[in-house]
Amino acid sequence: MTQQPAWRGPALAAAFPLLALVAWHFATSGRAYSLIPPPWEVWLELRDLAVGGIYDDAFSETLGTHALASMSRAYGGFGLAALVALPLGMLIGRVEIIRAMLDPTLQLLRPVPVTAWLPLAMIVFGLGPRSAFFLVFLGAFYPILINTIFGVRSVEPRLFEAAAMLGVSPSATFAKVVLPASLPSIFTGLRLGLGLSWVVIVVGEMTGVQTGLGAIIMEARQLSRTDIVICGMAVIGVLGFASDKLIMLFGQWLLRWSPQHG
Amino acid sequence: MVEPILDVKNVTKRFAFNNETVTALANANLTIQKGEFVCLIGPSGCGKSTLLRMVAGFETASEGELLMWTKPVQGPGPDRGMVFQDYGLFPWLTVTKNIGFGPAARGRPAKEVKETARRFVEMVGLTRFADAFPHQLSGGMKQRVAIARVLANEAEVVLMDEPFGALDAMTRERLQAELLEIWEAQKLTVLFVTHAIEEAIVLADRVVVMSPGPGRIVADERIDIPRPRDPTSPEFNELRRRLSGLLAGHH
Ligand SMILES: Nc1ncnc2c1ncn2[C@@H]1O[C@H](COP(=O)(O)OP(=O)(O)OP(=O)(O)O)[C@@H](O)[C@H]1O
Ligand SMILES: [Mg+2]
Repeated sequence: MTQQPAWRGPALAAAFPLLALVAWHFATSGRAYSLIPPPWEVWLELRDLAVGGIYDDAFSETLGTHALASMSRAYGGFGLAALVALPLGMLIGRVEIIRAMLDPTLQLLRPVPVTAWLPLAMIVFGLGPRSAFFLVFLGAFYPILINTIFGVRSVEPRLFEAAAMLGVSPSATFAKVVLPASLPSIFTGLRLGLGLSWVVIVVGEMTGVQTGLGAIIMEARQLSRTDIVICGMAVIGVLGFASDKLIMLFGQWLLRWSPQHG
Repeated sequence: MVEPILDVKNVTKRFAFNNETVTALANANLTIQKGEFVCLIGPSGCGKSTLLRMVAGFETASEGELLMWTKPVQGPGPDRGMVFQDYGLFPWLTVTKNIGFGPAARGRPAKEVKETARRFVEMVGLTRFADAFPHQLSGGMKQRVAIARVLANEAEVVLMDEPFGALDAMTRERLQAELLEIWEAQKLTVLFVTHAIEEAIVLADRVVVMSPGPGRIVADERIDIPRPRDPTSPEFNELRRRLSGLLAGHH
């Protein structure tokens, strides 16, 4: 096999979006009336949203506040989901009586999509950020729970034998064998959960919430500010991507022993 | 007579299987003295693994008793280390940590664990790979780690279930020689399961021949040829013929 130059990957990855950008430019620039604003205007708006100084309207310099609001809800809901789902998953996976008690109910509730919980959440928690937070919690909860249960249940039996003959007491087996062996699954659950948190938070912010990236998109749509709608989408994409990259880096370090991850 | 380190007395093992009872081992008797190297050979399904796993404490006997130093075996324990054919290493631990796992699990002080692990890493010639993870090792290296971790844990009896079965011929020969060296130096007692007559003759003080349907012990041959044993020598060949005969069932 011939060695590929180092720039090949990034160049290929950048080629398609650049082409799309060029196409977007020629399809929208210089038109008297276009539903979609040209890329240059969106870029100006993005700068105004972030640091102000261009249009100085009600939206100027608000991006940081909205992004921070969304992020704190997404990570907060995710963190709370992990706090509940990790120990619960371990218990369901390893303790027969708890599994028999809780698993059927949880499986029955699982097919209800997160978005179908939205009306009920709004009734219980009212219109506002608390409903959005609850949705994030629910969205992240199931992937973490399911993968944790799977992880702690699918430990290779041979490893229990190896630990036992090396003198690990039954009470220490969980910490010494089950937990490390199930880390890859648990990590998969956390990563899926984090991705879903980000999806769900935007949906959750679209009704009755004043701040957040979902809120700003909906507000801009009502005011026909398509440039802001596109800016909001772009920021959501970039932040979601960065957050996934971060957790991937963490996973690569945590699972450096695993041929599938390290 | 001196106390045997292992005493298998009239042991029978039955498994329930699809509403049927399979007798994996019938009326097995085997006495092993400290320091002996004993090989179990026999065709597939004759109960070799079952016997070994009962000595290890992973299975309980349906009848009879298994004694170590005259005390009944009750579950797995660090005095009887097991080396599996599929290694059973902890994939999340480095070579050093795998080898130090037993002492650490038994609560030895961290400094002692480190020193013990280092010594046994060196003994099996893996110093260069001390910080590698199992998936970065060849099969032969993995099996060296598996052997080192039971030795680092001061196992008195080493139980090995076809430990070299998955390795190529050259690696197998080298590991056989290394195992014999370690066995002599550490005064171990080894109970070693194999399919291969040659391997048994190269290694063992005694070869125990088993036969299936139901699994039972049919012969117990002492080998007095001095080590290292030459597989092309007439005594070796004579023994090989006799053991093949025993395995084929006309004795
Ligand atoms: N857990 C089990 N449940 C049911 N039957 C079993 C179990 N373990 C072993 N057996 C049966 O006991 C018999 C002996 O099995 P064992 O694994 O001891 O044979 P073996 O001599 O080690 O064979 P091999 O050389 O193929 O490894 C076989 O008939 C097997 O089907
Ligand atoms: Mg076997």
